[in-house]
Amino acid sequence: MPKITYIDFQGTARTVEGEIGSTVMETAIKNAIPGIEAECGGACACATCHVHVDEAWRATVGDPSPMEEDMLDFGYDVRPNSRLSCQIKVTAELEGLVVRTPERQA
Amino acid sequence: MSEPIKTDVLIIGAGPCGLFAVFELGLLDMKAHLVDILDKIGGQCAELYPEKPIYDIPALPYVTGQGLCEALMTQIKPFGATFHLQEMVQTVEKIGDPQFRVTTDRGRIFEVKVIVVAAGGGSFQPKRPPIPGIEAYEGTSVFYAVRQMEAFRGKRILIVGGGDSALDWTLNLAPIASHLTLLHRRGEFRAAPDSVNKMMTLVGEGRIDLVLGQVSVLHGEGGQIAQAVVKRNDGSNFEIACDALLPFFGLTMKLGPVADWGIEMKDGEYILVDTATFESSVPGIFAIGDINWYPGKLKLILSGFHEAALMAQKAHRYVYPDKRLVFQYTTSSTSLQKKLGVA
Repeated sequence: MPKITYIDFQGTARTVEGEIGSTVMETAIKNAIPGIEAECGGACACATCHVHVDEAWRATVGDPSPMEEDMLDFGYDVRPNSRLSCQIKVTAELEGLVVRTPERQA
Repeated sequence: MSEPIKTDVLIIGAGPCGLFAVFELGLLDMKAHLVDILDKIGGQCAELYPEKPIYDIPALPYVTGQGLCEALMTQIKPFGATFHLQEMVQTVEKIGDPQFRVTTDRGRIFEVKVIVVAAGGGSFQPKRPPIPGIEAYEGTSVFYAVRQMEAFRGKRILIVGGGDSALDWTLNLAPIASHLTLLHRRGEFRAAPDSVNKMMTLVGEGRIDLVLGQVSVLHGEGGQIAQAVVKRNDGSNFEIACDALLPFFGLTMKLGPVADWGIEMKDGEYILVDTATFESSVPGIFAIGDINWYPGKLKLILSGFHEAALMAQKAHRYVYPDKRLVFQYTTSSTSLQKKLGVA
């Protein structure tokens, strides 16, 4: 199972294992990672599972879909490497993925 | 405002659980009014998931949020519930045993025997954008909704956002503003293509400005905004002089005034209920759906439906203290079928 590291806005890193086929958001919620709320439960209908993808991982993770971009308009501290973690599927290629959670969710 | 509306039950929240409560109450001859802060019926299903599939409604292998709400509206039609949309219940006062006087933010007053809180995650309220110190300007020069267009005549207006609200108000206010700037994070807009085209025409004619970027700082005094510092996407900053700022960043759910009604809560977030009746610590006030908590609670629509049915049994005792309730099936009871208009 790929390891995913979540770094909060104060710099604390937490590394957990993600199940292939689940999402980066689900992995966070399952492991009680702080800084991700996922108010809508993963329907890409809010912007409260927003993360900044580590620059080294941007290409592998890819860009947001147009629908996700629309939701990102509601995010806090949205940057070019912003993604909604409910829209990032855990795959074997993501072994070692690093994402950062913003200071607050919208 | 006007005379109080006297009815049996007030349901707070017109999501799926509030709607199904109308059905269960109606079968037991109780009339209901519903209040919801949204401008449409359906709650989260309408606001967050209208097009998204739901797979766990019994006997419906697949339904969209919208589809579920439409089906519920058909189901409750015989009971003629009254809806009060874009309205929020503010205060609840106990005036009898049980009898409540309920006031909304529009000054409407209800006098009811039973209150059913079916408010889900709370009330949807406009999201505050992440601009430091914006609170100081709210209500004076920062507005999350337009109540009276005339208040904006001759003003320099800055509208932020890329959805329908932002675009609609850009088009509506452009003719009366002395200057209007639309600010959005990126060049694509969520709003209806027709609105976007109309906005682009105004930009092309030089009647409004379109800027890509995000507001980073506000300057002003005594609640009156003077300038907004805007960070462009290339990192450069510039200032926009303005008298009014209208941010449209969508809605978020907040518990709202429920916490002030003297009801015992769980973690300050959920209404504690008895699982036999779904009544709260205040006799006559019930809570069903996502807003309640009890051991084993699951936030599922189907749980809310079950809760509505049991709630109605106890509510009946308050509305008709002298009547004995006989358990009946809609399949076989002529009296229930008459109420449903099928017998």
